[in-house]
Amino acid sequence: MAWERSDMDFRFTDKELAWRDEVEEFIKRELPPRWAEDSLSWPGGYGIISIFEEHLKDACRDLWRKLGKKGWLSMGWPGWPGEKYTHTKRAIYGDIMSYYGAPAGNIATGIGAGTIIMFGSEQMKKEWLPKIADGELSFWLAYSEPNAGSDLASLQTSAVEDGDDLVINGSKIWGSGAHVSDCAWMVVRTDPRATKKYQGITMLIVPNDAPGIEIRPLINICGIHSFNEVFFDNVRVSKKNIVGEMHQGWYYLMVALGFERLAVPLGGFRRTLEQLVRYTKETMRNGKPLSKDPLVRSRLADIATKIEIVGKFYWQIAWKGDRGIDSETDASIAKLVSTEISKDLAFAAMDIMSPYGQLATDSKWAPLAGRVQLGYLDCISALVGAGTNEIQRNIIAQRGLGLPRGK
Amino acid sequence: MDLSFTEEQEILKKSAHDFLAKECPKKLVKELDESETGYSPELWKKMADLGWMGSVLPEEYGGSGGNYLDLIVLLEEMGYNILPGPFFSTMILGAIPILQAGTEAQKQAYLPVIAGGEKIFTMALTEPSGKYDAAAVTVKATPAGGGYVINGVKLFVPDAHIADYILCVARTKDGADPEDGITVFIVDGKAPGIKTTLLMTLARDKQTEVVFDNVKVGKDRILGEVDKGWAIVKDTLRKAAVAKAAELVGHSQAALEMAVSYAKERVQFGRPIGSFQAIQHYCANMLTDVDGARYITYEAAWMLAEGLDATKQAAMAKAWVGDASRRVTLLAHQIFGAVGFTMELDLHLYYRRALAGAQAFGDSDYQREIVAQAIGL
Repeated sequence: MAWERSDMDFRFTDKELAWRDEVEEFIKRELPPRWAEDSLSWPGGYGIISIFEEHLKDACRDLWRKLGKKGWLSMGWPGWPGEKYTHTKRAIYGDIMSYYGAPAGNIATGIGAGTIIMFGSEQMKKEWLPKIADGELSFWLAYSEPNAGSDLASLQTSAVEDGDDLVINGSKIWGSGAHVSDCAWMVVRTDPRATKKYQGITMLIVPNDAPGIEIRPLINICGIHSFNEVFFDNVRVSKKNIVGEMHQGWYYLMVALGFERLAVPLGGFRRTLEQLVRYTKETMRNGKPLSKDPLVRSRLADIATKIEIVGKFYWQIAWKGDRGIDSETDASIAKLVSTEISKDLAFAAMDIMSPYGQLATDSKWAPLAGRVQLGYLDCISALVGAGTNEIQRNIIAQRGLGLPRGK
Repeated sequence: MDLSFTEEQEILKKSAHDFLAKECPKKLVKELDESETGYSPELWKKMADLGWMGSVLPEEYGGSGGNYLDLIVLLEEMGYNILPGPFFSTMILGAIPILQAGTEAQKQAYLPVIAGGEKIFTMALTEPSGKYDAAAVTVKATPAGGGYVINGVKLFVPDAHIADYILCVARTKDGADPEDGITVFIVDGKAPGIKTTLLMTLARDKQTEVVFDNVKVGKDRILGEVDKGWAIVKDTLRKAAVAKAAELVGHSQAALEMAVSYAKERVQFGRPIGSFQAIQHYCANMLTDVDGARYITYEAAWMLAEGLDATKQAAMAKAWVGDASRRVTLLAHQIFGAVGFTMELDLHLYYRRALAGAQAFGDSDYQREIVAQAIGL
């Protein structure tokens, strides 16, 4: 694999810097006022994300439509008409959007579209991609089941062929945003007699308004309704909604998981660090600003360094993408590193602000509007969502380092 | 962005890797560690013949006109293999400060002999306080007889016992601002009044105590200007920290590879131990630590090579890599179990050196204070 080698250079090009400014100007203009104050997300957490919340549904859709008009929801889609966006440009976009807590896209744009482009039929691409690119469609991930979490291959929700349709029975759990999305992006068992359990799995798109779907809210420990349990009772869907080939869904799922895990909220980390630094400079303890306390200084410096590390991985992955260097484990490494640091950031913030970090959002004494106590809870979702960090380590060890499997 | 080395740097890296594997096997490493001088003159000459000492020096001084990044490439491989000897001291603590702050006469006097591998250099900075700030410089240089006389004790000085020249950081003036009044003197390593004692250290790296007892040094040996030497020292410290980080990345990579290789071979409970999750998770953690350490070090090194202000980046790199390399080498030991606890296995060499490197040129706590200042606290 050869490319034009020049001297090592960590700078962005002028074009890239101009792009960054363009994105920033746009989002500052288009985000609803008080968005930053009102959206309470913690970088890396999955439990308090704007795209999963009922009261922000209209605002998100509004923004997606605007982003769709700019062609920014379809950045980097192979074969898609329009401007060509490098991985680095997309990473710059993601970083800025994350900094402002804005949804850069959604599950349809970020996970569904990429998978459809790689594996979907021409007909599926024609039917679904334009609406996704326009920001008109959102998906929720219908993967996990009560008995199939980390061991997703043991999923039981079945889809039986009936003429031109599939009939789905079973249930899914932890579907974040099912209640505010249009369709399930789903994996089901279509061949119960397959020799290996990951064979005989099919990936398909199921509209939420198909009869027989019941969405039951689950309240996460942050007190937010982000995810759900969803029941499928003889839900009929056209075979046209199958992504790629029947029974091949597991392989597409691996790709889709890669897309999901690569989405690192770097800008959010930067912003939270800035808020913490400002807080320590403005907060007095025993006549001195917290920022002069040696323990606070050491802890914040450590967190700043860790966030720098997240950034290093982030830009390396973008750069590798632009050079066509594929690494099977980059997504797992990105997810592992960034979510561990999400937890470290929450713990550091809590310790630095002790005992004020405990105060909830509606208290006048709460620092950072109570974000820290929410972050302290939400960072748990970071460690276990999108594939637990234990699973990520398995993948890194087995796929990345060639260590042998258990059996 | 271009986050890769140049073709030439890749070639340098590979050739250094192969050369060291052949010319400096662990048997030699251990012999040198136990020896007094800590280096092999034959190997030193071969390195000079390969142009390694000249890599960062301009052609007019006998070098090949490379830059700091080229040195980093070499140092990472030296860390990977372990290369006992005064290369780091000579290049980072001698050649670079002289290249940056020396008069033309000084550059002519010292740089070509460095490039040729004929002279060994080091810098005597730390004192018994063990601190790296300007106030810690108390070794005194008093004007006398047209030159200066140096008195005091330096500690943790690498390779002073074999150095032909010691860049001694001394205080020439006391004042309100400790950064004002420091002068760097290029002192003959065997000048009358210098007494060097080798310290026995964890890593068997050759750190010394150097006593300066009325050591005379001429005005022509002042590097830069009188009283204005701290700027040179700060710059050297920063470059040394990042260079040491590069070595540590090499140590960490080696430890990771040893551990993964062992985990695949060692069978217990009827299966390779690498098939157990605890071991797999250790290895995954080690890999992310090594990769992160590498990326942050390269960026800091690039900034230094470009002459950009790398205060924050260098401190972050050294803080992170110091801690990460200690984590990695420890986890590697845990994967090896008891057999890693023997002198027979080479892993402890990396564990020891990870500690030494982490504490050199400002430990992680020291670096974090620099970061704290850099982020505005």
